[in-house]
Amino acid sequence: MAHVKCLRCRECGNEYPIEPLYVCDFCFGPLEVAYDYDAIAKVISRDRIANGPPTMWRYHDLLPVDAKMALDMGTGFTPLIHAKNLGGKLGLNKLYIKNDSVNPTFSFKDRVVATASAKALEFGFDMLACASTGNLAGSVSAHGAKAGMDTMVFFPSDLERGKILGAGIYGATLVAVEGNYDQVNRLCSELADNHRWAFVNINMRPFYAEGSKTLAYEVAEQLGWRAPDVCVVPGASGSLFTKVWKGLKELTDLGLIDKAETRMHIAQPDGCSPIVRAYNEGTPHVRPVTPDTIAKSLAIGNPADGFYSIKTIEETDGSAVIAPENEIVEGIQLLAETEGIFTETAGGVVISALRKLALSGVIKPDDVTVAYITGNGLKTQEAIEDVIHPVYTSPNYADFMESMAAREKKTQNG
Amino acid sequence: MAKRRIKITFPQGLITEPLIYLLGKNFEIVTNIRRADVREDMGWVILELEGEDQEIDRGLEWVTETGVRVDSVSGDVLEG
Repeated sequence: MAHVKCLRCRECGNEYPIEPLYVCDFCFGPLEVAYDYDAIAKVISRDRIANGPPTMWRYHDLLPVDAKMALDMGTGFTPLIHAKNLGGKLGLNKLYIKNDSVNPTFSFKDRVVATASAKALEFGFDMLACASTGNLAGSVSAHGAKAGMDTMVFFPSDLERGKILGAGIYGATLVAVEGNYDQVNRLCSELADNHRWAFVNINMRPFYAEGSKTLAYEVAEQLGWRAPDVCVVPGASGSLFTKVWKGLKELTDLGLIDKAETRMHIAQPDGCSPIVRAYNEGTPHVRPVTPDTIAKSLAIGNPADGFYSIKTIEETDGSAVIAPENEIVEGIQLLAETEGIFTETAGGVVISALRKLALSGVIKPDDVTVAYITGNGLKTQEAIEDVIHPVYTSPNYADFMESMAAREKKTQNG
Repeated sequence: MAKRRIKITFPQGLITEPLIYLLGKNFEIVTNIRRADVREDMGWVILELEGEDQEIDRGLEWVTETGVRVDSVSGDVLEG
C-alpha cells in the first residue's frame, strides 16, 4: 500500500482524492501528492531500503504507487562515480557524477515514467500517452510495452526522423502533428481533458514527478547516508530540480540522514533559460520564452515548476547558471575525456555549469558535489558531429605515419 | 459550451491595457480570473474562458495578436 493521503494544491492547499487530477479546480494551481509521513516513519529504515531490490523500487515506501503495481524494468540505483579526473581539472576533490544515462531507455525519464505508468495501471487506464521529442517518448513506449498497454506518442511533424525511431520500435502509435511546438502542447492538453488516456506528464503529472525523488534517495544512500553539500541539476520544467530537493528533505524529516544543507544549483542552456533569467532578475515569476537551443531535452519555454525552482534556489542558498550554447558540446567532451561517460546535450549543460561554479569559487574544493547526468550521448550524436575528426589513411605504414604527423601538426597549430 | 484554462503573460508595455475586459466584451466569452500577479515590469493572469470553442479560438487569436503570450495553465507538455 502506498502511504499517500491526498493530492494537495501547491498554491491554495485545497485537497483532492487520489485520482488522475493535476490542476486545482479552485485556483488552477498544480497538485502534488501529500504523504502520511507518520505511517512511513513507522516502517522505513536504512536496513529495509538496503534489503530492497537494486532499483528505484527499493524506495517504494516513499513513492505514491502500490508496490505490487510497480513495473520493475531495472530502472534506477545507477552508478554514483567519484569523478577524480574531472574533479582534478576543476579543483574539486569530492566531485561525484550520478550517471543516470544507463537506465533501460538511457535517461532519467524511466524513473518518472515508472511511477506514472504504475499509477496508470492502478487507475485502470488502457492507454499510456505523452507529447515528446525524445527521451520521454522512448521511456513511455517501453513502459507501455512492458505493461501491455496501448501507447501513443505525439510530436511535431517536422521532428527529425531519428528522434522518434527509439519510440516506434516498442510498438507505440506515433502521431506526427502538423503544427508547431505550442500547437502540440495545446492538442495534448485537450486530449488529456477529453479522453480517458493516461498522459504521463499531464493528468498523471503529480505521480510522474514523484519518481524524480529517487535521484535524491540514491545519492544519499550511495554517499553513505548523507546529503551532498552541492547538487548541480539540469533544468527543463524544473520538476527534477525541485524533486531532488524534496527527496533530500524527506530523508531528513524521516531521520534517515542528518539535516540536508545542500546548495541546489540549476543549469539551463542559454537558448532556453527562463528560470535562470527570472532568478537573475530577482523575481520568482518566470517569463515564458521560445526555445532555441541544441539541448532539445531542456527546451521547455514555459516551465511548469519554474516558480518552485526559484523558491528551491532561495531556500537552499543555491543559484541558477546559464551554459552558453557553444560550451554545451565542450561539456560533453570534457566529461567523456575525463571520466569515460558519454552524455547527451543536457549533460553538457550540467558540466558547463559545474565548471563555471567551480572556477568562480561558488563550489569549494572540499564540498561533496553531485552533478546529475540524466541522459545518454548516443541520443544526441548529431550535436557532436563537428568535433569528431577521424584520421584517414591508406593501409600502408608510411601513409599512416604521415597522416598522424599531419594530425599532430594541426593540433599544435590549434 | 467549452471551458479552457489559460495563463496570459503581459509584457511591460501591455500591463495597463484592459485586455481581459475587451476579451469578454468583444467576444462571446465569459472570463473568470482565478489567480494573478501584476507588477511594474510584467504580469500574469490565470483564468478560465467559457464559450463556444470557435469563439474562444477567435478571442485567443485576437488577444495573442495584441502581443501578450497565451499558455496552458499546466506549462509546456511537449518534453524532450
